[in-house]
Amino acid sequence: MEMLPGQPLPVPTVLTQPFWDGCREHRLSLQRCLGCRRFRFYPTAACPHCASPDSRWEEVSGQGTVYSWIVARKTYDPYWRNRVPYVCAIVELREQEGLFMPGLLVDVDPSEVRAEMPVEVVFEDVSETVSLPRWRPRGAAAGRSG
Amino acid sequence: MAIDGASIAGVGWTRYSRNSGASVEELAVEAVRAAADDAGLDVQEIDGLVTYGLCDTAYSGVVGTSLGLGELNYFSDHTAGGNVACAVVTEAAMAVATGRAKHVAVYRALNGASGIRYGGGAWSQMMATTSLFSDAEPQFLDTCGLTMPAQHFAMLARRHMIKYGTDHRDFAAVAMTCRNHAALNERAQMREPLTLDRYEASPWIADPFRVLDCCLQTDGACALIVTSDERARDLRKPPVRFRAGASSGHAARGVMWTNFAEDHSTCYAARIADRLFAEAGIGREDVDFAELYDCFTYSVLVQLEDFGFVPKGEAGAFFRDGQAALGGRLPVNTHGGLLSEGYIHGLNSVTEAVIQLRGEAGARQVEGAGFGLVCAGGAANSGSALILGAA
Ligand SMILES: [Zn+2]
Repeated sequence: MEMLPGQPLPVPTVLTQPFWDGCREHRLSLQRCLGCRRFRFYPTAACPHCASPDSRWEEVSGQGTVYSWIVARKTYDPYWRNRVPYVCAIVELREQEGLFMPGLLVDVDPSEVRAEMPVEVVFEDVSETVSLPRWRPRGAAAGRSG
Repeated sequence: MAIDGASIAGVGWTRYSRNSGASVEELAVEAVRAAADDAGLDVQEIDGLVTYGLCDTAYSGVVGTSLGLGELNYFSDHTAGGNVACAVVTEAAMAVATGRAKHVAVYRALNGASGIRYGGGAWSQMMATTSLFSDAEPQFLDTCGLTMPAQHFAMLARRHMIKYGTDHRDFAAVAMTCRNHAALNERAQMREPLTLDRYEASPWIADPFRVLDCCLQTDGACALIVTSDERARDLRKPPVRFRAGASSGHAARGVMWTNFAEDHSTCYAARIADRLFAEAGIGREDVDFAELYDCFTYSVLVQLEDFGFVPKGEAGAFFRDGQAALGGRLPVNTHGGLLSEGYIHGLNSVTEAVIQLRGEAGARQVEGAGFGLVCAGGAANSGSALILGAA
C-alpha cells in the first residue's frame, strides 16, 4: 500500500502553545488584550491595535461568518494535493468586527459557500495529542466530505 | 520627502526562460554587467548593490565578488517579496543622493521555474525559515490547506468580487491586455493571442483564480544602474529621472493578513498614492503609462483603483473597454507584465518603464511617454511605487 504523507501538524511556539492546548480540549481560545480588551489572531507578542504587551487567553464562541473563501483545486503540497477540491475561508468571528481566522471549511459543497454564511468551529482530532480547528456551516450535519 | 538628483542610467537583462541552465549567481552577474554596458559604465565603477528575494536571489556579497567589486560603499540584501521591487530603487536613489555611493546596481535574479517555485514544496519550508513572517503564523496556514500564494491572493480577489461584483471577465481582461502587449515584446515568453474562451478553459488553481490569472514563473534576472543626475548625463543613454518613491509597510500583518486593519478589497496603494503624486509634483492625468504589479490578475485591478485612476469597483470595466491597452487612456503593463513577460519579481516592470521613457520600446512604445508609474505589491497591506520621468 502506498504511504500517503500525513496531515501537516502544527509546530507550536511559546506564543502559540496556549492556542493548541485549547484546541486539544476542543476549546477555541484567543489572545485578548488587557489594555484595549480587543481579541487578536494570529498570536503576537503585543497588541496590534494599542501595542500593550499584556494579554490573556480567553475562550471565544467559535461562531462566525464567511468573510472570504477560495476553492483549492490544485496544490503542490504533498498532503493537500490529495484533498482537492477543498474550501478555505477567512472567518470573521462573532466577538469582534475585523477579527479574522483562516480555516478549512468542512461538511460543505464548494458551490454552496456564500459570503456571510454562518459557520461554527469543530475540532478534528488528528493524533493522540493534536486537534485542529475546522469550520462548518452552522447547524450542518457532520459527515459529508470537506 | 523628495529625493533630488537621482537617475536610472542603464538597464540589463538575461534571457527569460523556463530553464536557464545557469546558476542564480550567473544570472545576476550577467544582468548587472548588461546594465553597466547599457549605461556605458565600467562594471567595476559600481560601488553599491541592492537586491531582494526569499532566499532565492544571489545576494550582494556573492555578486560583488563575481563582478570584481573591491569595496562596496553601500549594499542591502532584503528578505522580501515583490512588494519591495520599487522600494529598492528608492533606496538606491537615497544612497546616491546622500553621497553614500556613486553607482548602485539594483538587481533581482532567480530560477523561479527550474529552481524554487513559489507555492511548491520548498516554498512552505522557505516561509517557515525566512523570518519574513512571524513564526507564529505558518502553522495556522499549513494545517488548514493554505500553502501557496495563489490561494492567499484569491482570498482578496474574492472579497473584491463580494463587495463590487467583480467577476472572471474582469480578471480575463487583465490577462488578455497583458498578452496583447507581450506579443510586441521580444523578451516576453507568452506571446500567443489569448481569448476569453481560452482563458475560461484554463485549469483552476484556487477558485476564483485559474492558471492564467497567475504570473509566469520564470528563470532570469534584470538589473538597473542608479546614479546621480550629473553622472548620468555623462553616460551613454538618456537618463530616466527618479521623480518620486513611496512605500507602505503597515506592519507585516501576516501572510493571510488576518490582522488587516482595512477591508481586504483595498490595498497599500490607497495609503501612498497622494504622497507619491505630491512628491512628483504631477497629477494622475500626467501619467502616460503604468506598470502595475501583476503576480495575479486581480492585483492589477485593485492597484489601478487605489492609486485613484478609477473609482472603486470600476477597474474591470476600464480593462474590458480597452482603456488599459496601448493607445488607450492609460496603457498598463506595456511589456506584458509578470503574467506574460515573466516573473522577475516585479523588477522587470521597472526596467520596462525605463525603456518606455527612453523611447526604446519599439512596437509597444507609448507615444511621447513623459511620466510612468511603477508599483509593486500583490494586493494587500504592503507595497511600494515609483514615478519615473523622461530626461
Ligand atoms: Zn490592545
